[in-house]
Amino acid sequence: MKKVNYEEAVHVYGRIWMLSAFVMMLMIPTSIGVYYGAWPELSGVVKGLLGVAPIFWTVAVIEIITYTPMLGSGGSYLGFVTGNLTNLKVPCALYAMENAKVKQGTLEGEVISTIAIATSSIVTTIIIAVGVLMLTPLTPILNSDFLKPAFDNILPALFGGLAVVYVSKNWKIAMAPLIFMITLFVWIPSLAHSVSVLVPVGSLIAIVVARLLYVKGHL
Amino acid sequence: MNFNLNSGFLFLVAFIVVVFVLAQSFFFLIKAVRQAKKMKLSPDVVKSTILSSAVFTIAPAISILLGVISLSKFLGLPLPWIRLSILGALTYELTAAASAAASVGVVVTEQITDPKAFTTIVWVMTIGIIPSVVLIPLFLKKIQGGIVRVKNKDLKWGDLFITAIFLGMISAFLGVVFAEIRSGLQGWIPVFVLLFSALIMMICGLLLKKYKVKWIEDYALPFSILGAMAFSIFITNLIG
Repeated sequence: MKKVNYEEAVHVYGRIWMLSAFVMMLMIPTSIGVYYGAWPELSGVVKGLLGVAPIFWTVAVIEIITYTPMLGSGGSYLGFVTGNLTNLKVPCALYAMENAKVKQGTLEGEVISTIAIATSSIVTTIIIAVGVLMLTPLTPILNSDFLKPAFDNILPALFGGLAVVYVSKNWKIAMAPLIFMITLFVWIPSLAHSVSVLVPVGSLIAIVVARLLYVKGHL
Repeated sequence: MNFNLNSGFLFLVAFIVVVFVLAQSFFFLIKAVRQAKKMKLSPDVVKSTILSSAVFTIAPAISILLGVISLSKFLGLPLPWIRLSILGALTYELTAAASAAASVGVVVTEQITDPKAFTTIVWVMTIGIIPSVVLIPLFLKKIQGGIVRVKNKDLKWGDLFITAIFLGMISAFLGVVFAEIRSGLQGWIPVFVLLFSALIMMICGLLLKKYKVKWIEDYALPFSILGAMAFSIFITNLIG
């Protein structure tokens, strides 16, 4: 009974928050336009959108399908408003569930994932706000040549550690998509720019392999 | 009204967005913590989830701050602050801003002075990123319902299914690290960083399992990230 109550409530509140976020996001350009009396020409917006919307909108759909099962409902309503999913919220939530020894897709997983994403969103927002306020002293440090490689390599630094946790545990499922992806990127390096579009390809390979191994009783 | 990329008005808009994001995050945090109590989840687990998530977030959040700084040279400070605080990621924002800038004939290397060009960019960035805010309220319940059905039909397969989705994602991001290896030794730097991060994680695992250093469990991933970032400075200087 509890499960129904909490999850139903999350959907109701989640939708309210998301609708509010939608209105607020549209209010940002509207209010700027009103304040400065500057309205864009439709053709400019359409032209600009043509360059990005086909990819962004596809990625948005892919992210929703891939990430929502991992993040749970509360985590998704929050994570898809606060953003930075791939590089922050998704690994953070998964790692928290792993440490708490709860599974994705259960009520315990749902709660832990939401706590992790909420904490991560709060910390991110505060760090950015403090950073913006202290920009003058911080900029030369953060932009220094010395620190540049560290920030250039944040994704391999993040996924290396995560891989040990997950790949080692599920290496039978992970090998095929991993070999496929490494071969693909070595073969066609320019695909690195469309890595988000390749996520579902990797997932599909992993699902097929997992199903085959499962049916044959190897998992 | 005189146009200024760093006007008080734009900072006010940014402030409102930040308050909104914090309010939503605290709302869900409190709701989930209360539910955890109701379910009798150990308070220690809740506490360590909050602590380790906070520590884990520091390095990626600073890299997002770097994104705000790099975009601010072109868009002023408040707009990138807004965009990266709500549903943003640097790769999206940069591409969207560049595409919109090109459509109104300005370059991304100089600060914008034309308010019309600026609002065009803001509109493109907003509409480009907005679909998830529309799609999630419409479809999330259905997607979650589908997952529950898969799980109810076969519990073990349900777990494997979600694990497989995640392994697919992690494979793509591991694979991309190898994209530059044909360009010479420098192209291997991300691979070395990845391996170093993995090594730290293994050492943490060893300390946990063999020597029972229990507290390390919550900090193993932040350690791996920060250690590998430090290593990347060393290795880049060595072979870069």
